[in-house]
Amino acid sequence: MASRKEIMAKVEALIGPFNNKGVELKDDTTFAGDLEWDSLTVMDFVAAVEDEFDIIITMNMQAEIENVGQLADAVAKLMDQ
Amino acid sequence: MTDLLSKYDPLIQERETLLATGVKDPFSLVMEEVKSPTVAICNGKETILLGTYNYMGMTFDDDVQQAGLQALKDFGSGTTGSRVLNGTYSPHKDCEEALKEFYAMDHAMVFSTGYQANLGIISALAGKGDYVILDIDSHASIYDGCSMGNAEIVAFRHNDVEALEKRLKRLPADAGKLVVLEGVYSMLGDVAPLKEMIRICKENGAMTLVDEAHSMGFIGENGRGVCEEQGVIDDVDFIIGTFSKSVGTVGGFCVSNHPKFEIMRLVCRPYVFTASLPPSVMATASTSIRKLMHSGNKRAHLWENSKKLHKGLRDLGFELGTPEAQSAIIAVIMPDLERGAMMWQALLAEGLYVNLARPPATPANMTLLRCSLCAEHTTEQVDQILGMFEAAGKAVGAI
Repeated sequence: MASRKEIMAKVEALIGPFNNKGVELKDDTTFAGDLEWDSLTVMDFVAAVEDEFDIIITMNMQAEIENVGQLADAVAKLMDQ
Repeated sequence: MTDLLSKYDPLIQERETLLATGVKDPFSLVMEEVKSPTVAICNGKETILLGTYNYMGMTFDDDVQQAGLQALKDFGSGTTGSRVLNGTYSPHKDCEEALKEFYAMDHAMVFSTGYQANLGIISALAGKGDYVILDIDSHASIYDGCSMGNAEIVAFRHNDVEALEKRLKRLPADAGKLVVLEGVYSMLGDVAPLKEMIRICKENGAMTLVDEAHSMGFIGENGRGVCEEQGVIDDVDFIIGTFSKSVGTVGGFCVSNHPKFEIMRLVCRPYVFTASLPPSVMATASTSIRKLMHSGNKRAHLWENSKKLHKGLRDLGFELGTPEAQSAIIAVIMPDLERGAMMWQALLAEGLYVNLARPPATPANMTLLRCSLCAEHTTEQVDQILGMFEAAGKAVGAI
């Protein structure tokens, strides 16, 4: 299975096309605050992450994910299942 | 003390900014007098109604009104009780019979509103550990039903068959799955590809619920909705609908052929813990539903109106929500809320009422002027409406 580092690299690559402001990505970079994404961007991005890792991130889970690090952790957990 | 209303400060600010530009508050219109399903007096001015969801114009039907008056006399003004206690009168049972006849289905259950029908059925079907798979543009009542049942919510891109299929395949095979779709999506007035979607749901072991709020009475040979039009009505597990659109009164319902459906009456909390509808409302609803079964000519005229308005608005240069008329809703896309509100007010000044729809109710943060046509709009009225759009659009620089 993929390491967290590999997951993080893929997540960062997926954020790329949506990172219009060129924000530097760290574990504590938030989607709403730092990246300034609206709900529509979030939906497109979540779909891209789901397709990349072949997982489902339910809206219940999405509500708990605020930053890039939390997303990488959630992806790792979901791939482990 | 923390003021619990302070979380709404940004919205209060946005409203104040909008009103400061001089536009009237688009969310506090009062109809002083209603002359027909298509004409009312607003601010003392005769106004054509083009935003009422009164698709089949049943609100002033003689038979419907007479049935309501008679039931008001015979049964009184209200039931003062829950459907499962003292709130089921013979008009409630008759209304459920009318729905069974209309849909040719085994079971029908009437709720006090369409909102409560979605809330009750979805939350009772999909509980903790079950999955609800829904279109991202679903109505608020569908989202609220998911939250109330504590189900896991999986959203897919609007009307995207492939996105739905991918997600269904990723879910655990043995988990309970309910796919919730709408026949017509009310913001843009576009129709769902139900034929493909329902097939995919069946193939992947999911039960299906279709909300036909905006298609009942109008779409399909017998007015049963998009499910009927696309030939999948027998494959859908539950259909949800409302009386507050084509039927012309208030109330909601669910119809189904599921053999265990009747147990829903005891487990849907929004059905049990609220008073039933007044018997006069039930009598108007059942009379209207039975008349809608034989309204093929009105359906044909409504299609003519919808196509004429769509073509006319497009020719005037407005940007519309669908490439062609797919339902009785024609959505005009405005560049932003401020110009949307200006256009709305200019139309009202011309004597035309449409719905101003704004985020978060709209998809993609759009501001929409939403027009819903009525079978009682005459061809001349549609011409008048187009003239008003042209005048208002030029006045505010929208075209």
